[in-house]
Amino acid sequence: MLCEDCKKREATVHFKHLINDKEVTMNLCGSCAKRRGFSNPLKPIPFPLSDFLTTMVSGTGPQESREMLDKKCSVCGLTYSKFTKTGRLGCGNCFDAFRQPLMDLLRRIHGSNLHRGKRIGVETSMEPLKEEARLKDELKNAIDREDFERAAQIRDMIKELQSKHEKTETSNAR
Amino acid sequence: MLDEMTNKVSAWLAAEGEESRIVLSSRVRLARNIKSMIYPPYADNETREQIVNFVCSALDKSEGLKHGFFQRSENVSELDREFLIERHLISPEFLRDDSVSGIYIADDERVAIMVNEEDHLRIQAMLSGLALENTLANALKIDDELAKSLDFDYDTDFGYLTSCPTNVGTGLRASVLIHLAGLVLTKRIDSVIERITKLGLVVRGFYGEGTDVWGNLFQISNQTTLGRSEIDIVEALQKMTRQIIEAESEARDELVTQAGNEIADKIWRAFGILQHARVLTSEEVMNLLSAVRLGIALDIIENIPMETVNKLLILSQPAHLQKYVGEELDDSEHDVARASVVREILAGSTT
Repeated sequence: MLCEDCKKREATVHFKHLINDKEVTMNLCGSCAKRRGFSNPLKPIPFPLSDFLTTMVSGTGPQESREMLDKKCSVCGLTYSKFTKTGRLGCGNCFDAFRQPLMDLLRRIHGSNLHRGKRIGVETSMEPLKEEARLKDELKNAIDREDFERAAQIRDMIKELQSKHEKTETSNAR
Repeated sequence: MLDEMTNKVSAWLAAEGEESRIVLSSRVRLARNIKSMIYPPYADNETREQIVNFVCSALDKSEGLKHGFFQRSENVSELDREFLIERHLISPEFLRDDSVSGIYIADDERVAIMVNEEDHLRIQAMLSGLALENTLANALKIDDELAKSLDFDYDTDFGYLTSCPTNVGTGLRASVLIHLAGLVLTKRIDSVIERITKLGLVVRGFYGEGTDVWGNLFQISNQTTLGRSEIDIVEALQKMTRQIIEAESEARDELVTQAGNEIADKIWRAFGILQHARVLTSEEVMNLLSAVRLGIALDIIENIPMETVNKLLILSQPAHLQKYVGEELDDSEHDVARASVVREILAGSTT
C-alpha cells in the first residue's frame, strides 16, 4: 500500500481515528506521518509494561466485538473479556482460542508477531551465532576503516553462515 | 541452606570479567511453561503441586543442575523471602502468598529457577561483568537440558508461550547491572537514559521494576521478546551497554582531569565515613559505597578489593543484616548493625 500523502513511499503507519463517530483510517509513510505530527505508536511504551498492557488489551478497537469478548478458552475456561482485565493468559490453548486478537496485540507490543528465535526441539548451538556476531563486528570495523573490499568479503561470509545455519535448522526441525 | 549463603558472595558479584569496573553483572532469564498445564496466575494448588513435581524430577535428571538445591515455598520464611530478593535470586512479586511454588538455586548462584512465578519456569543465569553472550549460552543450555524431560508450550508462529503477552516469543529478558557514578556526577545521566529508552530498552533501579535508583546502580534490559532471535536481542543490549560504558568512562576521565581533588576528596570522605560511622541508613550506605566503588575503579583507593564493595551492597540490606547478626532487629538497630558490619568487613579486607 502506498502512502496517501506522497503516493511514493510504502505506507508503514496506519492511523485510525474517529470523526463524527465514523472511523477513518490513514495510511502514511514514516516521513509523512512524522510531518503530520503522528508519532510512532510502537515506540514509547512506558514501563512497567504489564500495567499498561491491560489498557492496551481493552482498547483494541472495533474488532473486539461482543462475540470475541465472550469467547472462552476450551481448556482453561478463561474468557477474552477476563484476559482484557488481567492481562494474563491462562494456558497454551488460549493462544489458539484468541489467536486473531493476540496477533494484533503482540504486534503492537513487540512490533512483530512472528517468533524468530530458538525453535523447540532444536538444541542451541551458540557457535555459529557467536561466529556471526564476531563477523558482524569485523564488518563494522572494516566499514569504519573504509576497507570496502574486506567488508564485501565479510558480508559474503556472514551470508554463507546464515544460509548454512538455516539449512541445519530446517533439517533438525524435520 | 539459605543461612549458609549469608556470608558468601554470589559468583555474579565477584567483580571479575570484562568491564567489571563499570558493569557489575550480566543476567538472562527465560520464561517457559509446561504444555497442557494451567499457567500459575490461574492454577489451583493441585496443579501448582504437579508443576513443582515435574520440575523437580527434571532437575534431578539434569547433569548441569546437579550442584544446587530446591527450596519449596513453605520452607521459605518471610525473612528468607526478603533475603532472596536482596540477593536478586527471586523477583519481589514471588512467594507473596501461600500458594505452592519453589526455587532452585545453584551452589554458586550463577543459576536460579523460579517455579510457579508468573510462568511455570523462570530460568535465570547470571555472570559477573559484561558477559551477556556467555550468560545467554548458560541459560539456553539449561533450557535444552530441562526440555529433555519437560514438554514446553510452544507455537510455530508465536514461539514460547507465556502468561503475559509481553514475554511471548523468546521469553528472554537480558539485563546488565551497571554503575554510572560518573554520568550521575556530571549530570548527564538523564540524557543517556533518554537515549537508552528511545532505543526500546528499559532502565530500572537496583531492585528492578519500580524501584529507586540507589548507589548510582542501574539495570538496563530489553523490552520486547518477539520478532528477534535471542542472540540479536542480547547483541543489541551488549552494543548499547558498550556505548554507555564509553560515556561513563569519558565522564570519569573528565571528573579526574577537571576536578581531581574534589573527586578524590569525595571518595576518601565516603571511605572514611564507612570505616568509622556508628549509624548508617541503607540509602546512605549505598551512596557511600558507590563513591568508594568509583574510587577503586579510578585507582584512587587501592587497598580494598572491588569484590568487597559488591559484597557490602548486598550484605548491608535489611534481611541480610538480620541473618548476619543472627537476631531480629528494629529500624534503629538496623542502622547501628549496618554500620558495625560495614566497619568489620572493611577492616577485614583492607590490605
